[in-house]
Amino acid sequence: MDIDLITQVLFAAIKTGTPLLFIALGEAICEKTGVLNLGQEGMMLMGAVVGFMAAYGTGNAGFGLLGAMIIGMVMSLIFGFLVLHLGANQVATGLALTIFGTGLSAFIGSGVVGQTITGFQPLSIPVLSDIPVLGKVLFSHDVMVYLAVLLAIIIAFVANKTRLGLTIKAVGENPNAANAIGIKVLRVRYLAVMFGGAMAGLGGAYMSLVYTPMWVENMTAGRGWIALALVVFASWRIGNIVLGAYLFGLASIMHLVLQGMGWSISPNLLAMLPYVATIIVMVIISADKYKEKLLAPRSLGKPFDPRQMA
Amino acid sequence: MKLKSLLVGLGLLAGVATVQAADDPFKVGFVYVGPVGDLGWSYEHDRGRQELQEFFGDKVETTYVENVPEGADAQRVITQLAKAGNDLIFSTSFGFMNPTLKVAKRFPNVTFEHATGYKRSKNMGTYVLRTYEGRYVSGIAAGMLTESNTIGYIGSFPIPEVIRDINASYMAAKSVNPAVTMKIVWVNSWYDPGKETDAANALMDQGVDVLLQHTDSPAPLIAAEKRGARAIGQASDQSSFAPNAHVFSVRDDWAPYYIKVTQEVMDGTYEPKDFWGGFQEDMLSLASINDNLPKNVRAKIDETYDLINSGKFHPFTGPIKDNKGNIVVPEGHTLSDTELAQVNWYVEGITDEIPR
Repeated sequence: MDIDLITQVLFAAIKTGTPLLFIALGEAICEKTGVLNLGQEGMMLMGAVVGFMAAYGTGNAGFGLLGAMIIGMVMSLIFGFLVLHLGANQVATGLALTIFGTGLSAFIGSGVVGQTITGFQPLSIPVLSDIPVLGKVLFSHDVMVYLAVLLAIIIAFVANKTRLGLTIKAVGENPNAANAIGIKVLRVRYLAVMFGGAMAGLGGAYMSLVYTPMWVENMTAGRGWIALALVVFASWRIGNIVLGAYLFGLASIMHLVLQGMGWSISPNLLAMLPYVATIIVMVIISADKYKEKLLAPRSLGKPFDPRQMA
Repeated sequence: MKLKSLLVGLGLLAGVATVQAADDPFKVGFVYVGPVGDLGWSYEHDRGRQELQEFFGDKVETTYVENVPEGADAQRVITQLAKAGNDLIFSTSFGFMNPTLKVAKRFPNVTFEHATGYKRSKNMGTYVLRTYEGRYVSGIAAGMLTESNTIGYIGSFPIPEVIRDINASYMAAKSVNPAVTMKIVWVNSWYDPGKETDAANALMDQGVDVLLQHTDSPAPLIAAEKRGARAIGQASDQSSFAPNAHVFSVRDDWAPYYIKVTQEVMDGTYEPKDFWGGFQEDMLSLASINDNLPKNVRAKIDETYDLINSGKFHPFTGPIKDNKGNIVVPEGHTLSDTELAQVNWYVEGITDEIPR
């Protein structure tokens, strides 16, 4: 493997990891407040199709991003209403949201299948992008890649260094105590769910506006699920999520690169690995006794009803 | 995928609810695995259906059901189409083979035709494309156009059809460029634009400058266009996605066959067969050959097309050795259609192994 190839592979790994990063960041905040939203795949697909349609209709990819964020929030509000307001089971509602989003996105997107848009062009950062190897790997991406990193930094700061971060943590760890000191638990959770929806929409838009760029049914191909697993792998720590997203991007690129180099590993086996890891994590996350070891928010998945508190 | 099934069911209701014309037209049903807007496989089948409709006008009434999952749903959809009074049903994906066969047994008065399969019965025939003819011409173009002497092939699944076409491409490229090597990447899907983009980029990262694909989305062409490489389109005319990178598309055309079989069944002369169609039957064509190709490349493409089209040349004529040194096609022998459907070796010179 020569240096050019390594550069290209790392560059591609960051690109492949970016949609995962968007979704995992949003879901991490959502889960930190105690809400587990398994509807990521559905919100992502809706973000992808609405983002693409908006960009196609207006000729402006910026409107695509905006549309994707809005539809992501609308989808998450459906989830939020059922789960937070009506106290529905979070796992079942999240699954329903995924199935709903998959079907609905295919339905409304059938008219734009096979259309093309220009999407975002790469934006090389002056000076920095001229550094050998690192310049190409880190500083020659499209604007969405930088946006993801910027959001990660802001989110890490807010979660760890601000009062808002403490509020989020309090709501996720012990909603009753948070309620007792006057925090509006449901409002915080609603906002977190909507933030997660907007981020999932962005992740989907990255697929349809930048990555391919085109829309086809079910084009996210399970990336929403992988992002969910990523949050758990990372123990809800923002720094780990960033690393994990790029690491997964690298893994999925390597399996194609190795094939091109003539390694005869069964591609089926390699393609399966991230999903196997996802299943294992999903099993662990649903078993209570492991939750604490993984530093999971203590009220994760449990409904909260302020009326029963009084 | 409950919702998907529901949508399929609704689509079916909409499909069978067409008003019957007064003079009782001959009814033909189609079952597609993908959306008609995939701009690839299902799109071309639907184009065939539309041409069939246009050809016969009022005499024929066509319906289709798209996005039918391979498996139990398929059997239900095909049964519905048979019950709805269709006289002839085309099921257009390999995975519909067993469901079609089962329904064919229950409805002996309906004629069934299944694409790409190998099981037949007294009212069920099969039809398949000689895609290797198109691949051979693609290989010629790729071999002449590559400057790095490395061409790439994005494979879907390691089944005989794909392996056969990899061999045809490589033999062709080698015949015009003895120094050529081919890199093969499998994506395990017929249609995953994200994965196909990754695969195209992974190949180009390793020096590939001409891409061939056995997957259906235009994503590899878009990737090639971005990086100044070249690529050959699959199944339908994909030139609009990559005006510079696009060499030509090997386009499927099912209409001649759909018209022929419909006529036969109407006349009562139909016999179930194992039908293979290619250049000669106008079921494969080279669409939108790029004007920016060097003259000698264009001439060689035309010449190769003519040789195959006239039947003077068959890519799988011996002697052919596999990449382990065994003779797989002896001198003077040309693979029969049955043998073509069983190719499970890489030809000499491909430094790779078929994944198991």
